[in-house]
Amino acid sequence: MPLLLIAALLMAVSGAPGLARASARRRRGADAVQPAGDAGTERVATALLLAGAILGIVAVVAGLLGRGPHSVSASWAVPGGLFELRLDALSSVFILPVMLVVAAGAMYGPGYRPVREGARHGAGFRFFYGLAAGALPVLLTAQGTLLFLAAWEILALCGFFLVSTDDDQPAVRRAGYLYLVSTHTATLALLGMFALLGGGDPWLRLPAAGSLPAGGAATAVFSLGLLGFGLKAGLVPLHVWLPSAHAAAPTHASALLSGLMIKIGVYGLMRLISFYAEVPAWWGWTLLGAGALSAVAGVSLALAQHDIKRLLAYHSVENIGIIVMGLGLATLGRAAGAPALVALGLGGALLHVINHGLFKALLFLAAGSAIRASGTRELERMGGLLRRQPWTAVFFLIGAVAICGLPPLNGFVSEWLIYRAALTAAHHQIMGLALAVLAAPALAVVGGLALACFVKVFGVVFLGSPRENSPTTSAEATRGMRSAMALLAAGCVGIGLAPLALAPLLRAATAEWAPAIAAAGAIAAEGVSGGLREAAWLSAAAGLLLVPMLVIAAWLRRRGRIAARGVPTWGCAFAAPAPRAQYTASSFADGLVSTFAPGRSLERTSPPALFPAPARVLSHHPDLALDRLLLPGWRLTARLFVRVRAVLHNGLTSAYLLYVALTLLVLLIIFGGK
Amino acid sequence: MIVTTLLRLVLLLAFAPLMLGVIARTKAAFAGRQGAPVLQPYWDLGRLWRKGIVVSRTTTWIFWAGPVVAVTVPVVASLLLPMGALAAPLSFEGDVILFVYLFALARFFTAAAALDTGSSFEGMGAAREVTFACLAEPTLLLGFVVLARLADGLTLNALLGAHLAAAWGSSGASLALIVVCLMVVLLVENARIPFDDPNTHLELTMIHEVMVLDHSGPLLGLIQYGAALKLMVLGAVIMRMVLPVDTGNLWLDAGIFLGGQFVLAVVIGTIESVMARLRLARVPQILVGTTLVAVFAVVLVLR
Repeated sequence: MPLLLIAALLMAVSGAPGLARASARRRRGADAVQPAGDAGTERVATALLLAGAILGIVAVVAGLLGRGPHSVSASWAVPGGLFELRLDALSSVFILPVMLVVAAGAMYGPGYRPVREGARHGAGFRFFYGLAAGALPVLLTAQGTLLFLAAWEILALCGFFLVSTDDDQPAVRRAGYLYLVSTHTATLALLGMFALLGGGDPWLRLPAAGSLPAGGAATAVFSLGLLGFGLKAGLVPLHVWLPSAHAAAPTHASALLSGLMIKIGVYGLMRLISFYAEVPAWWGWTLLGAGALSAVAGVSLALAQHDIKRLLAYHSVENIGIIVMGLGLATLGRAAGAPALVALGLGGALLHVINHGLFKALLFLAAGSAIRASGTRELERMGGLLRRQPWTAVFFLIGAVAICGLPPLNGFVSEWLIYRAALTAAHHQIMGLALAVLAAPALAVVGGLALACFVKVFGVVFLGSPRENSPTTSAEATRGMRSAMALLAAGCVGIGLAPLALAPLLRAATAEWAPAIAAAGAIAAEGVSGGLREAAWLSAAAGLLLVPMLVIAAWLRRRGRIAARGVPTWGCAFAAPAPRAQYTASSFADGLVSTFAPGRSLERTSPPALFPAPARVLSHHPDLALDRLLLPGWRLTARLFVRVRAVLHNGLTSAYLLYVALTLLVLLIIFGGK
Repeated sequence: MIVTTLLRLVLLLAFAPLMLGVIARTKAAFAGRQGAPVLQPYWDLGRLWRKGIVVSRTTTWIFWAGPVVAVTVPVVASLLLPMGALAAPLSFEGDVILFVYLFALARFFTAAAALDTGSSFEGMGAAREVTFACLAEPTLLLGFVVLARLADGLTLNALLGAHLAAAWGSSGASLALIVVCLMVVLLVENARIPFDDPNTHLELTMIHEVMVLDHSGPLLGLIQYGAALKLMVLGAVIMRMVLPVDTGNLWLDAGIFLGGQFVLAVVIGTIESVMARLRLARVPQILVGTTLVAVFAVVLVLR
């Protein structure tokens, strides 16, 4: 555990030398307003981040093997302050992807935002990236609520500065503002939650798992926790800030935000539920419903996007939904005393936390490389990148297959566990619990939509021929960027082929989450160990799948006779198809979008002329929660308050005196009796 | 065990194209034609095998990966599935999910291979394929939910075990609904009338065939062989539900399995002969309707 603290400190200070150097140079007047940093301090930052990540992984592995102390504490001279960090299996599950993704981001950054190109706010960006990376392990191991909330706030502010790095664009400023408002609403809810948890005093030590009795303020605590953590995690309809924020940030910051930062919401929910000795069933149903809604709505809206980063951000909403579905099934299992449901549901949710961190970061990094090569984030302008970026394409393909939950990669393993949890519910004789089986077809809808979406993205971006002449010179990603993607891709493939390696970690984390069921020995008997042992079969199936494929491919390569090469694609008797005539992303998704996420608005500007003239069509897909519900609602409220203010603030001193007198009178009536 | 596995592989690999021949013969009989020989699919595959491959200049290795995945997946999936009474050699809790997702993997790569050509027609086909699959997949899962409720495990061997014969008595209504729903899924997934017409001459109206317009020679052969294997594997699910007979004799069981597949091929041929093809816009409506019917089946069995 001290090792983990050192790692966190290393990462947190990684950007400080660069920031100091940059501000010193600005004082001398070298950089005008945007300190870009310099190559030397950038190398220092990268080295510190990598060292921190490696140390962190060592610390987590050592913790799992039971080496070294599990907790570290120090005195903290703050009222209510409790500086104690404790590393357990549940925290380890969340810290493991942090280290991998941060390491990948550190390798990726120098190639993606080169110092010599004067990337905006380079030094500040690296500082906040490192600080966020350092705050994550602290938050995930904090034992006191003050420390937890402090780390939470540091992360929230780092997130704001990362999102608004390119603040010369109005869209980025708007995204940053929306993010800031949302994250502080979440903080407010958490403050209330901790106050209720501590019976009025919010500064306390986090309760041990299974130590709180049900009843009392539990309902209010859960509701506030769902609001606060759900806002952070991006559960529908609290996801409104997520797509724009994650699309606005520089790519490897998006990977950090999307792959890691939103997981702290999931972590909070898991911890919160684990505090209670018994949980009511409606918590499970609420989580299951919210998860299913997030998953379906997230993937449907993702399908409608044509900005590649916004699309990936919406997929985070979907994957958070899948994780929360697993958590909901596990909660239902705890409420009904069904160990198999707990083991499979929570095991799947936890594994999906790791998996989503890996493949979402991989997808963001590969997308960033594609954006660099084509100079745009618009899917409709890309195309044919596989020829110019063979490596990036392979990495994106691995990420795409993984996020669709297809065998033999890691995404399948976690979804398989959650599916099994849902199908196990079918065997329960209680009608109420058996209904949870409907999570399985919901997951199937999500899987089908995700597949459609990623076939679309991969096909439109990397296959076919380029739709426009792309302006940039450099094509394939730099070596640093490639190794970053290779690291994450190796994680995806490794977990997919040998999922059993993570079984002890998941088993320990599940036992910590549901100590009562673990103490009864039920998890060991029928749940996790049995459930995860089956995962070895997945390795066998993957081998059975890959070996014949390689044999057939090799056979085709050796024996297949090429009759003609370099001929044009058959255009169905149309001789001169232009690259722009290729099927577009919007057309590809249109059928599904109109079924699952109706509401696309088309804006046509075509001059009324006898003969064809150039015309423009703009398609925009509104987010139902933000654009149709929240924004009009806020506007209405604002107008209402303007009206009220016009009446109350009438400029008459006597009226103001009347308000003061009335207020005093009311206060006297209320508190005068005491 | 080894004998059973080998026998199952031989049954699948050798007899799958025969189903296509039987379907074609049934349709010919309905139309009053003599029709092609039943073994014609084999000759077609052999012809394609000997041809050369034409490769478009826009394509990459993805174009080659599509057919390879499309032919491997049904074989691996068949290892998870009891073929008639011949139990699956690869069986573990939750293999039913792997079974469903393997076909999704094949769909990913065939659709990607279609997009790799850069042809807008093939893009259209890929879009339709993934769209209809999205709507068909929940139905398949709901069918497995019904089977899971009736069985006491989550392996395909358990779901499609011999207990189904007794289950027809207790939950016959649900099973009948699910058989109908799975039949719809089978027809959609295998590009049969009324959802898709493999023999149409107009690219604009095709779904599955248009995705493989640019594949030729052995690559096209692999795709067609893979399609035949897929038909047999998915057909085995339905026929096992309809005919849950275990005789205990290996060769008799194999015979019953083949007979079931023959009957299924005749049924498909009959459906193709007596129904007109649906308009494309109607297909999603039918699929959503099928999903709802499957939900009813689940409700009936959960009550």
